[in-house]
Amino acid sequence: MAKGYLVDTTKCIGCRGCVVACKNWNQLPAEPTGFKGTYQTVADFSGNTFTYIGFNEYEENGQLKWYFTKRQCMHCLDPACMKVCPQKAISIVDGAVVRDYGKCAGCQYCASACPFHVPRYNTKINKETKCSMCAERVAEGMLPACVKACVTGALQFGERDELLAIAKERVNALKAEYPNARVYGENDAGGTSVLYVLADVPSKYGLPENPQVSALTTAWQKYVKPYGPWLIALTAAGSILSFFSTRLLKVGQRAHEEESLHG
Amino acid sequence: MTNHWVDLRNTDCALIIGSNAAENHPMAFKWLTEAREKRGAKIISVDPRFTRTSARADIYAPMRSGTDVAFIGGLINYVIQNNLYFHDYVVNYTNAAYIIDDGYEFKDGLFSGYDPEQRKYDQKTWAYKTDPADPDKKPLKDPTLQNPRCVFQLLKKHFERYDVDTVCKITGTPKDVYLKVAETFAATGKPDKSGTICYAMGTCQHSNASQNIRAYSILQLLLGNMGIPGGGINALRGESNVQGSTDMGLLSHLLTAYLNAPTNDAAYKDLAGYIKKETPKWGFKTNTPKWIISMLKAWYGDAATKENDYCYQYLPKRDAKRNFTHIGLFEAMYEGKIKGVLIFGANPVVGGPNANKEAKALENLDWMVAVDLWETETSTFWSREAGADPSKIKTEVFFLPACSSYEKQGTVSNSGRWIQFRWKAVDPLGESRSDLEILYELGKRIKEAYAGSTDPKDKPLLDMTWDYPEEEEKLLDEVQREINGYDLTTKKLLPKFADLKDDGTTSCGVWIYCGMYTEEGNKTQKRDNKDTTGIGQYPNWAFAWPVNRRIIYNRCSADLSGNPWSEAKKVIWWDPTKGDPAKGEKGKWVGLDVPDFIATVAPSDPDGSKPFIMHPDGVGGLFAKMADGPFPEHYEPWESPVQNILSSIQFDPAAKIWQSPMNEQGTPDKYPIIGTTYRVVEHWQAGAMTRNLPWLAELMPNVFVEMSEELAKEKGIQNGDIVTVESARGKVTAVACVTKRFKPFNINGKIVHEIGILWHYGYKGVAVGDPANRLTPHIGDANSNTPEYKAWLCDVYKGVK
Ligand code: SF4
Ligand code: SF4
Ligand code: SF4
Repeated sequence: MAKGYLVDTTKCIGCRGCVVACKNWNQLPAEPTGFKGTYQTVADFSGNTFTYIGFNEYEENGQLKWYFTKRQCMHCLDPACMKVCPQKAISIVDGAVVRDYGKCAGCQYCASACPFHVPRYNTKINKETKCSMCAERVAEGMLPACVKACVTGALQFGERDELLAIAKERVNALKAEYPNARVYGENDAGGTSVLYVLADVPSKYGLPENPQVSALTTAWQKYVKPYGPWLIALTAAGSILSFFSTRLLKVGQRAHEEESLHG
Repeated sequence: MTNHWVDLRNTDCALIIGSNAAENHPMAFKWLTEAREKRGAKIISVDPRFTRTSARADIYAPMRSGTDVAFIGGLINYVIQNNLYFHDYVVNYTNAAYIIDDGYEFKDGLFSGYDPEQRKYDQKTWAYKTDPADPDKKPLKDPTLQNPRCVFQLLKKHFERYDVDTVCKITGTPKDVYLKVAETFAATGKPDKSGTICYAMGTCQHSNASQNIRAYSILQLLLGNMGIPGGGINALRGESNVQGSTDMGLLSHLLTAYLNAPTNDAAYKDLAGYIKKETPKWGFKTNTPKWIISMLKAWYGDAATKENDYCYQYLPKRDAKRNFTHIGLFEAMYEGKIKGVLIFGANPVVGGPNANKEAKALENLDWMVAVDLWETETSTFWSREAGADPSKIKTEVFFLPACSSYEKQGTVSNSGRWIQFRWKAVDPLGESRSDLEILYELGKRIKEAYAGSTDPKDKPLLDMTWDYPEEEEKLLDEVQREINGYDLTTKKLLPKFADLKDDGTTSCGVWIYCGMYTEEGNKTQKRDNKDTTGIGQYPNWAFAWPVNRRIIYNRCSADLSGNPWSEAKKVIWWDPTKGDPAKGEKGKWVGLDVPDFIATVAPSDPDGSKPFIMHPDGVGGLFAKMADGPFPEHYEPWESPVQNILSSIQFDPAAKIWQSPMNEQGTPDKYPIIGTTYRVVEHWQAGAMTRNLPWLAELMPNVFVEMSEELAKEKGIQNGDIVTVESARGKVTAVACVTKRFKPFNINGKIVHEIGILWHYGYKGVAVGDPANRLTPHIGDANSNTPEYKAWLCDVYKGVK
């Protein structure tokens, strides 16, 4: 049994209270933005943004749809980021994929490996950063800040098994009206601690339809990672490693492009 | 709200109209989401564009701004024509059966008694018919509802014209969608079902806004939705303490607790006159003398005696012929008739209608005191930033830094009338102080300045009680006690307003708040979140006015014999075993709430089935006197691109038209597009509190204007372009948000475009932009004079010209 949280997109009103709560708790500065024709003024993760809401509007058979999707680290059960980290900075603590910033060397391999393109470089601390599922709050018996802030009940925190059962029940109830309704994260990317209730196909929410941990990540883990720590320095110099890292980055980017198609 | 926030979870259908609750009242969706999940409740969102609320609704119905009466009128007609009204409720708990005076008529958009010169109605004929032989002048009734002159038949006839086709031609709603709304909401007319109407500024900011709400009331009375869980008419108030501010009498025509303020009309010449004018013959308001005298005792203490009319003459008597609502005040300021202004947490240069004019009006002041957390556009109206020339402006501006809600304590009264105490979280920054402390100091110093004066005109100031403790916590405590009121003989706090007296032996600042702070303690601080009622009343959480009642008009939830109409929607019921026979009681009203009724008046007693005790008739008013008619009627907004197809009367005939400079009326040839304004969840009111916060500025950095893809194409505008929106009163620039969520309307065969622009930007703070209220007019509702922010004409074009 390990913790997780459930994002029920059918209850989310896109209020972004969770987004502000995350910035507040993690003391992440605001970044300059501009309104460019969509409510989605923050459309991606950054070193200072661990979570955002995707806004996607559609018109189908004369019916309007506006989907709001909270995005953050998925807290994979078998995290690619952890696999590739040469510094062993990443670990799983009660379902949360957390990183030890003391160990993180800022090599950005995790970013390349992540099938959801989550970790981002924070130039102030020179580390890769992402959502920690508020592990430090949870350890103190508190809810993650975003869950605490959510007024509608779209976010729920708890044991992953229980949340999965809730999600499935919810999807069953939705099926009659929304035939494409499904749980996301049960087995996707090998299963994630963050689960979603979706009323439609994942791509319409900007989520990858079929998130895959690339074969290269596995190869990486087998052949390169054992030598990782001393190879890091060479990355910058454009050594053999760059082959891997560029390739991996491309994989990551592709996943990202898939998402932004619908953003 | 007649009900309260948590009660939304009890609804079977929520009609959200004139409100984007998900955006402006996210907490509503905590309970609506629960109603939907647990009870299968339906949510209907009626709005000119598809909003964050519509995204979570079961039905989205587009409606052109300014056509609410038509929209709801059509539902009233649908409910009557299809016999979907709650018959027994309508016959007994409303004035449906009452016969109306022979002189009353309605013809081509006008009710009887109209004076076009004065733009006013003589309401003489809008009255019940009485039997001349009856000395009591009791209204004649026909409980069969067949008499063609009974309210029900007149209502039916009035709204017959609002057939679905006609309505959709006015509102632009697709007919199939409209019928779905009608069918879904009308289904709540059954005894075991309830429907709620949630509304906000989209309803209130129109020239016939009060009639929009009247239309809701009629619909809810017909469906038997008043006084039951999950029902009611629920105004989602725009700010956490708007309810509190109106309760406290912060409106130009009111004293505290909705007691009318006297005017210079001869009827108000003394206390006896006031009481005569304000006290009806029947109902709970017969207690008016106790309320006004106790209020005067709270204000003037020992100086208020029976002999001097309890200092009634100290109350300012406003000019009955003049209008001092927001627009009226700024018009007077523009004319130079106002010397100074105290502005607490308000920002009219952003939030006021016709903001260019209001900024100009401020230049005529000798002085302004602005109390706020930040320097606002209003407190810096004189600056170069504002486009003004400081050397030409004589106004002396004082800025007093106020502390935020987290830096002080006190109560806020939410939309559900719950008076909730909030404790201080952190100490105030710098020299900032709470509003209460600022006001206290001001009062103290004004009194000091006049000390020793023998001029009679200074007496009201000198006699005003102001002997509060200095220290903030004690000061607040004493003010709260004064609001609750005392038994002046025992010096004990009063337990409830039924104990108020009209002989000067009690004091009470705000009678509806009486009971909030008793000898048992400060009930606004109660925090027991156990639901002892099963319907989420939480009676031990804070204190709800009046007398901790959570659902008002709850006598309506029981039938004529005092039993709940249905088990599912029960609130109170008559229990014949609970009375005290020694006191001659036949029983008692008991249940899940404080009865909105005299607890020992049995259903079989003469007035035992008159649930609306605040009304002189005791029943709900399907027919009721308003400035612009006893029934709501559709008129077009002051600026409209189309002709009224229901009558030859284009504009609300009783709305005041301000014939003044800087308030041009736009015409559709020049300004063919309907404009409306709204907010986003990321910003709060006029924005001073949120546009200054980087995290919120990051999320909503600029003012944008939403428009349909069709309009954008016509105007050569791309999503994200900078555009200009222009009305007869001003211009603003904004970023275009071209979206499928806005669609052109088909109004009686004509394509009409509407755009919507955020109104809460200005030049101060992190997120900046033009205030959209530079576009809106000085025109207000016929009854309340609330400005018509929500429907006006404009044009939009690419770039900045
Ligand atoms: S989503 Fe990416 S960063 Fe998060 S645990 Fe999975 S692989 Fe790691
Ligand atoms: S769990 Fe914590 S870190 Fe992750 S998105 Fe929520 S608030 Fe941010
Ligand atoms: S706080 Fe909840 S409802 Fe609001 S955007 Fe976040 S997940 Fe959605």
